[in-house]
Amino acid sequence: MLEKAFVGGRKYWILMAILGGIIGLGFIMWLWQFRVGLGITGMGRDVSWGFYIGQFTYLVGVAAAGVMVVLPYYIHHYKAFGRITILAEFMAIGAVTMCLLFILVDLGNPVRMINVILHPTPRSVLFWDMIVLNGYLFLNIFIGWNVLTAERKGSPPPGWIKPFIYLSIPWAISIHTVTAYLYAGLPGRGFWLTAVMAPRFLASAFCAGPALLILLCLIVKKTTKFDPGKEQIRTLGSIVTYALILNVFLFVCELFTVFYSQIPGHMHHFHYLFFGHEGHGGKLIPLMWLAFACMTAAIILLVPPITRRNEGILTVACVLTVIGTWIDKGFGLVVGGFVPNPLERYVTYWPTVPEALITLGVWATGFLVISLLYKVATSVKLEVGAGQA
Amino acid sequence: MGVNRRKFLKIAGVSTLGVAAMPAADALGISPTEWLDKKLGGFTVPETLFHLFEKPAGFTPGEALTAKRWAMVVNMKQMDDEIAQACMDACHRVHNVPKIDNPRHEIKWIWHDDYEHVFPGQQHEHIDENLKKLPFLVMCNHCFNPPCCRVCPTKATFKRKKDGIVMMDMHRCIGCRFCMAACPFGARSFNWIVPWPRAGEGKFKGKEPPNPEFPTRMKGVVEKCQFCAERLAKGQIPACVEAAQEICKRKGREPALVFGDLDDPDSEVRQVLRSHYTIRRKPELGSNPNVYYIV
Repeated sequence: MLEKAFVGGRKYWILMAILGGIIGLGFIMWLWQFRVGLGITGMGRDVSWGFYIGQFTYLVGVAAAGVMVVLPYYIHHYKAFGRITILAEFMAIGAVTMCLLFILVDLGNPVRMINVILHPTPRSVLFWDMIVLNGYLFLNIFIGWNVLTAERKGSPPPGWIKPFIYLSIPWAISIHTVTAYLYAGLPGRGFWLTAVMAPRFLASAFCAGPALLILLCLIVKKTTKFDPGKEQIRTLGSIVTYALILNVFLFVCELFTVFYSQIPGHMHHFHYLFFGHEGHGGKLIPLMWLAFACMTAAIILLVPPITRRNEGILTVACVLTVIGTWIDKGFGLVVGGFVPNPLERYVTYWPTVPEALITLGVWATGFLVISLLYKVATSVKLEVGAGQA
Repeated sequence: MGVNRRKFLKIAGVSTLGVAAMPAADALGISPTEWLDKKLGGFTVPETLFHLFEKPAGFTPGEALTAKRWAMVVNMKQMDDEIAQACMDACHRVHNVPKIDNPRHEIKWIWHDDYEHVFPGQQHEHIDENLKKLPFLVMCNHCFNPPCCRVCPTKATFKRKKDGIVMMDMHRCIGCRFCMAACPFGARSFNWIVPWPRAGEGKFKGKEPPNPEFPTRMKGVVEKCQFCAERLAKGQIPACVEAAQEICKRKGREPALVFGDLDDPDSEVRQVLRSHYTIRRKPELGSNPNVYYIV
């Protein structure tokens, strides 16, 4: 089946070449970082996690969002999603691949990575994150591949795959919960020390992931003869709407607790992100406002059925959702937690060019994986005559 | 190969015993928390660190300073800029801490900051002007319940079983920096660049690390104060305490830094703690620091 990824038209190979080029550039930058140290990034002793861990956090959400398609199809027998479960699972594979790569590029000593397995430490949340992420990657490859193989043969998926599918549903929830626990259990970081962290992570995941899936479906529709289907995209649109509103609601809950209680250690971080502090904050401040402007605009576009059902407007709303949640989670969340530092000193973090290029390289790798897998999936769909919805 | 029935039952039996042992901790006369702490909180020094911290060069058995729980008192009534600077210099010299100008890449085992930054939330506008000017020495608090050790995925940082020192295995650290996010005191430094490049490499060329007995680090690992575990093993008190004592003696003052066993009622730290009002950094977080301040 994999051979289908190696036959394609001119445009397919141009895409591969562009992604390959970006990956190559990112890889060269990473080699430089490997040699010189993480000092080539914008991180430092105060903001000790930055862009890489932000992307990791964001993409865990995208990966988890596959469950928003798998669950309605397998638990509620919502037949329409049968057409796109494979696309959701393959998107999850690409997203988890990026997550693991972002962890890898963030490590100071990647050659010692195996120590996590040689000296397993169950009291560390990172240990569990390793288990759930790798497990989720395995589940999605295993399920996606078997179901697609069966579809190609024109037979229903084997019965023994069902338990794995059911397992993948709570497992998807677990990857984002455990990732939230990386942050939510640290005693000295008021910004992250909130029980609403995991629910908020899930809410933002379930709007960002399906929004990205809608965009990918529309690209598939445009570039291949496989149509993911009108109803499918509509239902995804409703999911994005609910989850996005829930995400903003949970943010408001957080704001209420922080600003009504007026506990300084919790307020400082929000204040820094949205207003800065004595010149610190810089370019981050307009970005944070942009994030919430994007999310608000997306809600306005998504709530009325008349605009939501218009494919053009839906596309705009999805782009706004992806940008808004990406800034909020992939950037603000990590930096905001570190500033002010434990001694209440303020600093400004901004990624450097090599850091941005490495980040871009990892994203390109993820999209390369997704493109290859989508090529396989759409080719099989066309082969069995399921091109038109 | 494979697990046969007998073996499986054996493993299952042992695991069940392990779980059952937890409530049984009560019967042993220790609280479940203590039991957990014993199980999870303390570690013996791994092989890689043995010669550095247990039996370093110049080690003679019987000479080592030992304690059940090491602790330090910083007496700000005796502290001044000269003492603070001497403590920092002494520590950074014996531990080959590089001098890096970029504040983002700085490595600090011990440094000073203002009262309002060391005790955030404790400051107010009418506070004693002299207090505002004092250089409050800060370092790793060697917490009794260290959040950094809780999060480390490789046990590269761990609380030493025998004396409660929060140690750092720089040869095991993978550089994930989870401990830096977890530490509520900003006491941990990461090697963002190569700290002591070999001759002809980087901007430190020509400079040699001052102490050949203490190893230099590689880039990409976290480091911090270890209460001079390598000096204690040789019967020496921590370098900062020694430096502070020297100057205080010359100035005819009480020592600005006091170091000793918190578990020993007759130790110097216990005597100082008995006779002075002391505070600790962020006690509300429950990490239970072993560094006390007289203000």
